[in-house]
Amino acid sequence: MAGERLLTTQKAIAEAIAQEMERDDRVFVMGEDIGAYGGIFGATDGLLAKFGPERIMDTPISEMGFIGAAVGAATEGMRPIAELMFVDFFGAAMDQIYNHMAKIHYMSGGRVKVPMVLMTAIGGSYSDAAQHSQSLYALFAHTPGIKIVIPSSPYDAKGLMIQAIRDDSPVMYFFHKGVLGLGWMTPNPRATGVVPEEPYTIPFGQADVKREGSDLTILTVALMVHRSLDAAEQLAEEGINAEVIDLRTLVPLDRETIVNSVKKTHRVVVVDEDYKSFGMSGELAAIVAEDALDYLDAPPKRLAVPDVPIPYSRPLEQYVIPTVDRIVAAARELVSG
Amino acid sequence: MGLSKETLLNLYDTMVKIRTFEERVGEMYYEGKLPAFDIAAGPIPGEMHLYSGQEAVATGVCANLQPDDPVTSTHRAHGHLIAKGEDLKKMMAEIFGKETGLSHGKGGHMHLFDPNLHFGCGGIVGGGIPQAVGAALAIKKRGEDRVAVSFFGDGAANIGAFHESLNLASIWRLPVVFVVEDNLYAISVPKSASTAVRSNAERGAAYGIPAVQVDGQDVLAVYEAAKEAIDRARRGEGPSLIEAVCYRFRGHFEGDPELYLAKGEKDKWKERDPINILGSQLKAQGLLTDAEAEAIQAKMTDLVAEAEAFARESPYPAPEEALEHLFA
Repeated sequence: MAGERLLTTQKAIAEAIAQEMERDDRVFVMGEDIGAYGGIFGATDGLLAKFGPERIMDTPISEMGFIGAAVGAATEGMRPIAELMFVDFFGAAMDQIYNHMAKIHYMSGGRVKVPMVLMTAIGGSYSDAAQHSQSLYALFAHTPGIKIVIPSSPYDAKGLMIQAIRDDSPVMYFFHKGVLGLGWMTPNPRATGVVPEEPYTIPFGQADVKREGSDLTILTVALMVHRSLDAAEQLAEEGINAEVIDLRTLVPLDRETIVNSVKKTHRVVVVDEDYKSFGMSGELAAIVAEDALDYLDAPPKRLAVPDVPIPYSRPLEQYVIPTVDRIVAAARELVSG
Repeated sequence: MGLSKETLLNLYDTMVKIRTFEERVGEMYYEGKLPAFDIAAGPIPGEMHLYSGQEAVATGVCANLQPDDPVTSTHRAHGHLIAKGEDLKKMMAEIFGKETGLSHGKGGHMHLFDPNLHFGCGGIVGGGIPQAVGAALAIKKRGEDRVAVSFFGDGAANIGAFHESLNLASIWRLPVVFVVEDNLYAISVPKSASTAVRSNAERGAAYGIPAVQVDGQDVLAVYEAAKEAIDRARRGEGPSLIEAVCYRFRGHFEGDPELYLAKGEKDKWKERDPINILGSQLKAQGLLTDAEAEAIQAKMTDLVAEAEAFARESPYPAPEEALEHLFA
């Protein structure tokens, strides 16, 4: 039945890229192992066979070089997609991302456009330890000039990727390894969902209320959306109705949906897989304080990685990355306190 | 080489134009900053890196380029942009931080952009090199005969971006020319203390890229080497590397005490002023008289004066324009 086709998030991303490449011959992809391998996380699965090595370009391990080349190709009117295999590898390319990709449009007084997508994998919970498990979206949301996109579902992954490719500004597209539906990751039923076959876009800056509730608001992104929804189901059994909001994009941020929800529920918990200090959870708490302080029945709560690197050993990792149990506990405490 | 009189005089004109612009900027830079130097004061605030002494490199390379050939440059970019054909008024206004500048005052002296001339530069050493590779990639994908050029200094040849870029350009056989302006120093550190090879041209071999060292004070030598490299790129035969050995007549930036220079070193280099070298050759060949040289100088002085007047008279941007142009 049309519109009822099921896809994993990974396949939805690859389909979005393929459809845009068919539509617009300026779009091409560069990255490590994105050709014959199809991308370590499958974001370019099947694209080499379809488009050939001129448009699906395996690069050497030269992140500064090829991300900088994507910037240069974008300023010359192409619409490159570069894949940074793990966001943790950003250090090798940070100058091109932070000082060039993000700033050229502004420094040129709006005269030079940099229409590119930098896609990258985030997230842990599979014992890949400190240098392959970080989330780090806040690091890039902090610098002006980059749009920050973090899908949590197959449907959003496709629509947000097409939107990202068509955007005339640089976009960083973060896919969480745990939401992709990869056969070699912990099974996740929410990583498969209905995805229309035809191309469609989802505007940036529109949060998605994944579940309506009246007792508290949970603000989150990526895999933590799934865990928050699981937590909300448990909380419902206890008679606590949690509203779960998937922010979907941090830049631009849907401030209105956040504030309206908190005004309704009077309580908020931020669930964040990134580091706690100076990041997304602090920013959202500040926004709530600025715009809805008088509506709060309790101080905002923050669940985030407690300012340590991501450890390897399973019990250690589970201690630092928010779990369903801890989300439930935080919500319970917030409502009863 | 048999260059036409017109081409030779254009090279001379361009070098004089750059020198005149730079020397005037150098004078104006100190307005309002003295006696106790205040970098934030005066009509031209901030750092200032001038190109005086290196004119032959930008001029000899850019004389082989078309307006739509992409160029990436450095913190010392005025010469490249003038040689590419920029309107001095818009450039000067940008340096003054005025609304009428190339970037409406958002970029300033180190961040000059002009999409019409496919020109960009920046203040991060080596930052433009991968972008020239990307521009060349775009050119190759479209099957065009344009060529991208990246100018950078000997200091940048030690940053990873240089090495990654040469490798990428070579494996993808891209139409890009890398031009190392070896002015002997990375700020104050001499090349002998920073660079493992005697000449950066030797590094081309590591990436299978044809490379040559030229006398960067001799615009005809630069022109010839650049022509060969640029023609090769336009023919689809891949990247080249040129090392042009040159010298900064005004140090790294304005206010540089130049304590690192050997006694008499700069004076010796000034005897090889690129403008005088070409001027003497033209005069010896009967292509330029003293009177004509004076007329060229007078014309460039007028052009720079017009640019200065335009910049001084132009309004500053409204403060709240700082919030514009973040996203396209």
